[in-house]
Amino acid sequence: METTRKTTDHILRIRVPGELDHHSAKAICREADRRIQTEDIREIIFDFADTTFCDSSGIGMLMGRYKMIRALGGKVRAVQVQAQVARILTLSGVTKIIPVEEVEGGRSK
Amino acid sequence: MKNTMKVEFDSISDNEAFARVTVAAFMSRMNPSIEEVADVKTAVSEAVTNAIIHGYEGEVHTITIFGQIEEEVLELRITDRGVGIPDIEKAMEPLYTSRPELERSGMGFLFMEAFMDEVQVQSSPGEGTTVLMKKKIRKSEE
Repeated sequence: METTRKTTDHILRIRVPGELDHHSAKAICREADRRIQTEDIREIIFDFADTTFCDSSGIGMLMGRYKMIRALGGKVRAVQVQAQVARILTLSGVTKIIPVEEVEGGRSK
Repeated sequence: MKNTMKVEFDSISDNEAFARVTVAAFMSRMNPSIEEVADVKTAVSEAVTNAIIHGYEGEVHTITIFGQIEEEVLELRITDRGVGIPDIEKAMEPLYTSRPELERSGMGFLFMEAFMDEVQVQSSPGEGTTVLMKKKIRKSEE
């Protein structure tokens, strides 16, 4: 899992892997929580450009990070979301609390 | 024409992707749409993840997937021999999770029911759980 180096703008950018399931969500939780605890993070941006699969474990991961960062007064965004993943985010209701930006035409660059 | 398959694998999270891809390959002869494949992969992922987290509670044992294609209906049975579900109705309630500390969204069964035509759960405490799912695949003409 890729994240950006130490932030100076208080934003943690997380490049979500190709398939966001229970297995990959565990790795993201570990890394994100470590960064939130050790740095002054005010916003998490989840970049879904590479992601073609997401299940309810991914939703749990997003909700968990949302609750954590909100408790610190911060926010969460999801960007470059492809159509297949957008379906899941919408069905789960996550889109009602986390801003989701879809990729144009359903394909990322 | 009827076709069946059976695959067994260890209940480790790395195998969630393996299970999805295996079922997707099995159903490819039904000529499904991209969306139908995505639906089935999500449902399989939910059932297998449940078996790993809840059925076996993180211990490594065997998960079995039995698949059958008959005409245009795909049938899947995903079985673990884990702890079983004491209250199936409760477990299937949207947003209910028995493990809130693990940040489960409680949407696993919701997704299975949303993406498959039929979902049945058979479970006995101490004996394990089988999730039976069916989906009719409309042949895509592409």
